[in-house]
Formats: sequence, C-alpha cells, structure tokens
Amino acid sequence: MDHLIIAGRQFNSRLLVGTGKFSSNQAMVAAMENSACEIVTVALRRVDIDNPQDSLLSHIDPDHYLLLPNTSGARDAEEAVRLARLARAAGCEPWIKLEVTPDPYYLLPDPIETLKAAEILVKDGFIVLPYMPADPVLARHLEEVGTATVMPLGSPIGTNQGVRTRDHIAIIIEQANIPVIVDAGLGAPSHAAEAMEMGADAVLVNTALADTPDPALMAQAFRKGVEAGREAYLAGLGGQRLQAEASSPLTGFLRND
Amino acid sequence: MSFQQQLQLYPQDEIIRKIITTTPQQIDRALQQQRVNIDDFATLLSPEITDTQLEQLAQCAHRITKQRFGRTIQLYAPLYLSNECFNGCKYCGFNADNKFTRKTLTMEEVEREAQFLKTQGFRHMLILTGEAPKVAGIDYLEKAVKIVKKFCSSVSIEVFPMDTEGYQRMVEVGVDGLTLYQETYDPKLYQQLHPYGPKSDYNYRLDAPERAGQAGIRRVGIGSLLGLGNSLSDVFYSGLHALYLARKHWRTQVTLSFPRICPADGGFQPNTIVNDRQLTQFICAMRLLLPDAGLVLSTREDALLRDNLLPLGITHMSAGSCTAPGGYGAKDKDVEQFTISDGRSPAEVANLLKSRGYEAVWKDWDGAFLERAADD
Repeated sequence: MDHLIIAGRQFNSRLLVGTGKFSSNQAMVAAMENSACEIVTVALRRVDIDNPQDSLLSHIDPDHYLLLPNTSGARDAEEAVRLARLARAAGCEPWIKLEVTPDPYYLLPDPIETLKAAEILVKDGFIVLPYMPADPVLARHLEEVGTATVMPLGSPIGTNQGVRTRDHIAIIIEQANIPVIVDAGLGAPSHAAEAMEMGADAVLVNTALADTPDPALMAQAFRKGVEAGREAYLAGLGGQRLQAEASSPLTGFLRND
Repeated sequence: MSFQQQLQLYPQDEIIRKIITTTPQQIDRALQQQRVNIDDFATLLSPEITDTQLEQLAQCAHRITKQRFGRTIQLYAPLYLSNECFNGCKYCGFNADNKFTRKTLTMEEVEREAQFLKTQGFRHMLILTGEAPKVAGIDYLEKAVKIVKKFCSSVSIEVFPMDTEGYQRMVEVGVDGLTLYQETYDPKLYQQLHPYGPKSDYNYRLDAPERAGQAGIRRVGIGSLLGLGNSLSDVFYSGLHALYLARKHWRTQVTLSFPRICPADGGFQPNTIVNDRQLTQFICAMRLLLPDAGLVLSTREDALLRDNLLPLGITHMSAGSCTAPGGYGAKDKDVEQFTISDGRSPAEVANLLKSRGYEAVWKDWDGAFLERAADD
C-alpha cells in the first residue's frame, strides 16, 4: 500500500486541505469529506481557542482529521513561535504548519525568518511543516534543522496559477530526504496532478476548493487529480525520445578492433 | 537513515536479478527519462544493452557532461608517501604479506616529490599511503600536507579511513578532498579479500565518506575496484552511495572512479573481467544518474581508451603517474601499488586534450582562500 508518511505517522491521502475562505462551514465540511483528506490546516488566528463551541473547530472531527494549526499572520520568527506555542498550550498536537509571511500583498514566505522559527520549534519538540519559497538550498537548510516536510509554493498563495516554480520544485524533490508537499497556487486538479506526476509526496489546496460554486464537487475532482498524478508517477512516465546522431558515433571505438 | 540501513533496502541478489532480467524496452524507457533515478540506473547497467542503445547512452552522457562541465578535464597527480601497510588486501601490491623493503618518505623527500610535480604543472595533488598509523598516521599526514600545500593549491588524500575527529584535523590542515573506495560492496567477498588488519572492518570503511562529510571536507571520491566482485552490483551500490552522500552532505561534491583491477605484485587474478564496453556503459550510466558528479579516470587505463572515453563523462584525469613512494624524484623505482597503463607525460596528456578541443584544468580551487591570513 502506498502511504504518505510524515514524522512516522501514516496517511492514506496525499491531499491536504486548508479551511479558509469557504462561504459556509457546511461547504467546508462537504469539501473535506469529498477530498478524502486526513490533514486539514486551520489558521490559528481565526480560532477562538478559549471557546470550545468555536464555529470552525466544532465542524472538524478530530478523530477523522489531523488538525494542523498554521501560523498565518506571523510576520517574523518570534511571532510564529509564539503562535505555535499558543496552539500547543490550547491542546493541539505538537504539529505546526509554519507560515511566516511579512508581505501582506502576495503573502510570500520569508525564507530567513522561516528557517529561524523552524529551528526554534524543532528544538521545542514541534513537528514542523514549513511553507517556503521553492528554493532548493532553503529546503536543504530546513531539512537539516529537522523539519518533518518542506512545503514549497507552486505560485503565490491564492493565485490559482499552478506549478509555476516547476523547475525548482523538481530539484527540491530530487534532493529531499523528507516529504515534499506542494503548497499554494494550485488552482485546478490538473495542477495537483502535475505536481504529483513530478514526484511530490502530497499537495495542499485551499482557495481552489473554497472559491468555486461547488466546493464538494471540486474537492472530489482534486482527489482524483492527486490520485491520478500519484499513480502516473508510480507507473513511470514515458520520456521524450532523444535520437542518437548517426554520424561519428561516440562508441565506435568499441567495435574497431 | 544511514547508508548501512539504505543498503539493506537493496539486497544484492535482487539487484543483480533486476539488472540481468532487464528488457531492451526497459532500457529504451530509461534512456528517455529526463532525469534518471536509481531504478533507471540499474536498468542502464544491463548487459543486454544493444550497440544502438549504448550509443544513445553515450550521446546523453556526452551532452550532460558538456552542459555541466564544458569541454574541460581537471588534471591531478597521485603522490605516494608510504607503502607500509598492516592490511592483507589480496589484490594490492602493498599487501602486508608481500615481502619487500617498505618505504615511507621523509619530509625532505615529500618536498622533493611535490616540487617535481609542481614543475610538471600540477596544482592538484592526491597524497596516498597504506595503512600503518605508527609510521604514516594522522600526525605524519598533517606534516606532509603542510609541505605539499606549499607546492600546490589543492590537496586530497587517499589513505586509511579515519574517525570524524581525524578528518577534522585533515580539514584544518588544509585537505580539500578525500578518496576512499569501498573496493567491493559485497560484505562476504569483502571479508575474504581483507582477511586481517584494520581494513577488515567493512562498516567502518563504508561510513568513512560520511564522517568526512560531517567533518566538512569539500570533495569525497568513492568507487569500487572493478574485477573483485560482481561489477553490476558494485557499480549500482557505488551510484547509490554517491546519491546518498550527495543528498545527506549536500555541501560536499561527490566524485566517482571506475578503477579496473591491474596486475600487482602478489599475483592476484581478478575474479571477473570488466571489458571496455562495460566500462564505457558504467561511466555513461553514472553520468546520467549524477549529472554534477566528478567522474575520474586514472592511468590504470591505457592511452587509447582514455582518449576515447574522454567525451563520455570524464571530468578528472591523472597523468604521468607513478605509484611507488619517491618514484618521481628517484632513479630506482620501488615496488608499485599497481602497474600504470598510460605512460604519457602530463604535457603529452595536456596536448592531447587540446587537440581534442578540451581544456586541461590544472587549478580549480585554492586552499589559501580558507586560510585566516587571507582575511588580512
């Protein structure tokens, strides 16, 4: 059986779902169910931690889903670390999706502050899944400080532009010893399939599910896209044929005896 | 995951079976991949490869190498410091059972040899010893490296495996590169070939390149000695090992060599013969697996073959080599570790490279960049 394994924990689904921007909690729940996801991210800033009846959390069954709080809104490492510790203090598992996005326009992750926060949080016992620019060297550094995954962006968050960072994500996939989850910018099931065909271990989708008249149907389509891409990767894609040049063959010397 | 653990995932009999049961269609598929993974690599080692497929493989290897390295070949010279050795490696001329007068160079002799190599044009030198820590151990190497460094810009070592602290001492004294062949990745055969001496510890040797990576060495060279064990599995594991090191110690450049066993004093007969066609295939397949790795070809191979292999993925070559300690300066040649096959002088090799449209690179790094004095 083909499982996604993060920090020793096994998952059947390779699709992670974000819970922001849905028009209603019902639409969100329907999307989660149809996506067959097992990990859902929740923006900590949106949760009323002290209120067990919080409208968002009360719709997410903790037996079915691993609740992955994210630090969205944090502008630097210090703020992200504080948010993560608040989540743990509130009873969440020590899993954290690290987001440090000082730029309020494109919400691009800050590589320097993300690395700083990751190092602190790993030492603090957190299982850290960092959202990051698709920078292969940063991915190496994050792996080295002990993050459980790397989560490079396909394109700026919420833009639905797909895997625009394809070449760098390919390098990250080639070099990583931990799961690579393509996060942000996947706007269509074909984008998710593309990332999975490349060998990504999983993808995270939010806007594309929330910003459609039928989130439940779109979630189902994304599930199929992820599965199709994964199966194609496992089966092995055919490549483009590279024809040998007919003249002056490089191996002729082997037959000249 | 350690490399020892990773090896467990690829049992030798399964790997050999996978390689020898490869179909021509599978080879075609592997040749079409934009980026070759470890499974494709196994496929490309198949003895079933046709001449046409081998030519395609060579074209790919040539194209990738030209793209990544240009038409350049880095030249280096081996500098043998000692042939004293406590190991019983059955294929090696320095084998402790082999009776001859042992020699370890004095510092004056080291200086003379390094000076000679400098006059030949070399700025990259690889110093070699056997394994005899009392006469040519870490303290000795530290002194020797300091002297050799005066005559070149980059020093590598091909000596005995050390612990991490030993490698740190080497890095501190200015060693940039390490070469350490596992010889064979078959643990049983390894025991037979290395019956006694410190080298009989398979795992200690296996993990040594990783310890060097931890110590911050800039380049690590690995490989297996072709002709000892099953060459298909040994080349496969060399590739796996290189891939592992490149992923885990990502600041360290990995290089690979393809030494075929040469006649040595002691009369060892190779267990298997790797012919020129297979060697060509191995080098090209490795280039597809590791586009950025340095691939090394020494003077073990004859001039004609070296010239023909030049465009297929090779990036580093030795030239004008002598494998006996003190052999460059002295008139009487001592016992050699093995007999070289390409006896051309460094200048002749450089001229040949030029005539083929390649640039001989004598200097590609300078240890002086890292010395504190450079900041002043």
